[in-house]
Amino acid sequence: MTTTPLPEHPDWLWRNPEPRSSYDVVIIGGGGHGLATAYYLAKHHGITNVAVLEKGWLAGGNMARNTTIIRSNYLWDESAAMYERALKLWEQLPEELDYDFLFSQRGVLNLAHTLQDVREGVRRVNANRLNGVDAEWLAPDEVAEVCPILNVSADTRYPVLGGTYQPRAGIAKHDHVAWALARRADEMGVDLIQGCEVTGFLKDGDRVVGVETSRGRILAGRVGLAAAGHSSVLAQRAGFRLPVQSHPLQALVSELHEPVHPTVVMSNHVHVYVSQAHKGELVMGAGVDAYNGYGQRGSFHVIEHQMAAAVELFPVFARAHVLRTWGGIVDVTPDASPIIGTTPIENLYVNCGWGTGGFKATPAAGLTFAHTIATGEPHPLNAPFALERFTTGALVDEHGAAAVAH
Amino acid sequence: MLLITCPWCGPRDETEYHYGGQAHVPYPETPADLDDRQWAEYVFYRDNPKGHFAERWMHGLGCRRWFNVLRDTVSYDVLAVYRLDEPRPELPAPHAPHQTAETAGGNR
Ligand SMILES: Cc1cc2nc3c(=O)[nH]c(=O)nc-3n(C[C@H](O)[C@H](O)[C@H](O)COP(=O)(O)OP(=O)(O)OC[C@H]3O[C@@H](n4cnc5c(N)ncnc54)[C@H](O)[C@@H]3O)c2cc1C
Ligand SMILES: [Zn+2]
Repeated sequence: MTTTPLPEHPDWLWRNPEPRSSYDVVIIGGGGHGLATAYYLAKHHGITNVAVLEKGWLAGGNMARNTTIIRSNYLWDESAAMYERALKLWEQLPEELDYDFLFSQRGVLNLAHTLQDVREGVRRVNANRLNGVDAEWLAPDEVAEVCPILNVSADTRYPVLGGTYQPRAGIAKHDHVAWALARRADEMGVDLIQGCEVTGFLKDGDRVVGVETSRGRILAGRVGLAAAGHSSVLAQRAGFRLPVQSHPLQALVSELHEPVHPTVVMSNHVHVYVSQAHKGELVMGAGVDAYNGYGQRGSFHVIEHQMAAAVELFPVFARAHVLRTWGGIVDVTPDASPIIGTTPIENLYVNCGWGTGGFKATPAAGLTFAHTIATGEPHPLNAPFALERFTTGALVDEHGAAAVAH
Repeated sequence: MLLITCPWCGPRDETEYHYGGQAHVPYPETPADLDDRQWAEYVFYRDNPKGHFAERWMHGLGCRRWFNVLRDTVSYDVLAVYRLDEPRPELPAPHAPHQTAETAGGNR
């Protein structure tokens, strides 16, 4: 793994303009998805009279809180197409944006601990290969070759029976991704406006014509909603419902260690996932808290479980110290797949429901959402992820299929 | 971590319970008359308020009975606990806007 120091970034990356009274497109939410959408609106569609409105600081929501795992080994064709497109974009973006955000393709292992896990894993490897996604099934000794610190002995509570491996998967430095996108969007004329909360919508009948914000009214030809955990709160203010539930999701890091952990390990069954950040922290996450919440903190018992699982899988971590824990608010849909497309309100488009796994999709989410906003029509990649699927029943059911919900 | 008072067993740790989502979502009275959109509403759409939320919990490691909880989804305060045959208690509306970890700066 890399031990190179983090790249220096220029202290001046984007302007901080005052909001203008009107824009062709207003995007609500300055997370990775909102920024990527602005970038592709400008780059692919020549639409630069755009404002990204962020209530807090740029990319300080889930973009700043996630565990940065990027992979495309999803089961269903629709998801594999979306996430694999994102992965291909990740592979070219550092050069395109001229910004080294330490995209490290160190591979992702998804462990199997039960016969059912094994069957699910082998099936997913086959499905991935049919979709052109790199995937391998590894026996326990091969798992240990990829990640020598992993305990694959047979006498643990839930022995490792094998695992799927995607070599092209990995991690990236999330803040740098956001700054890289922000810098380019800004250069192309997009106004990135922080400290600007959208509090309501201006409508003409069933058509949106602008937004009310904490910094006044802003008119807009089209509005893109990319507010992650707050999407349903805003949708309600716009006058429609979204089938999403907001849940706390937490992560934690240890103090710095020498490079010991060469890949990303995820386990659905004992439920922990671990990677080692570029600086050396062990980064760990698990599942969402069961209940709805907006408080950006989660339950301690979730941390206890994931630590127990981590120590069993990685005995070498037994004496590592937790340095800090934090939470984000993720929006979960009934089929664990995102919603990107039109809404019942004309000229209002939504990108939400990425739940616990939207960081990896950032470039493809931006690309397809920009296409939808610019043309009023879905891109072929996001057509299956329309809101209507909950009425037609054409769900993309990734619950339990996607090798843990991240 | 939540401390929830089961109506039958008393205050117990969150880990003893199972979460059941929004309360007071009745099965459609005339199911045969529903169109696809109305079925979608019943099956997939739930409220997701930032503030007071009436939800179901089940005391899985205790009496295994279901009951309702009125909880604040921002502060996570449990405001009321009541049985399924009792009406949702009236409480004053939560103060808006909430001072949350998020508006206070949060943790990166
Ligand atoms: C602990 C944790 C771990 C995760 N791990 C992974 C992972 O390993 N891999 C992965 O792929 N995904 C992961 N995710 C999920 C991923 O972070 C999200 O799916 C993704 O960040 C969502 O898109 P976004 O970046 O635009 O959201 P956000 O960054 O949350 O952007 C939404 C923005 O909207 C703003 N906003 C909200 N309401 C308003 C308003 N009214 N007005 C103006 N602005 C508003 C918010 O402040 C926020 O900045 C994780 C999430 C968490 C919380
Ligand atoms: Zn009880």
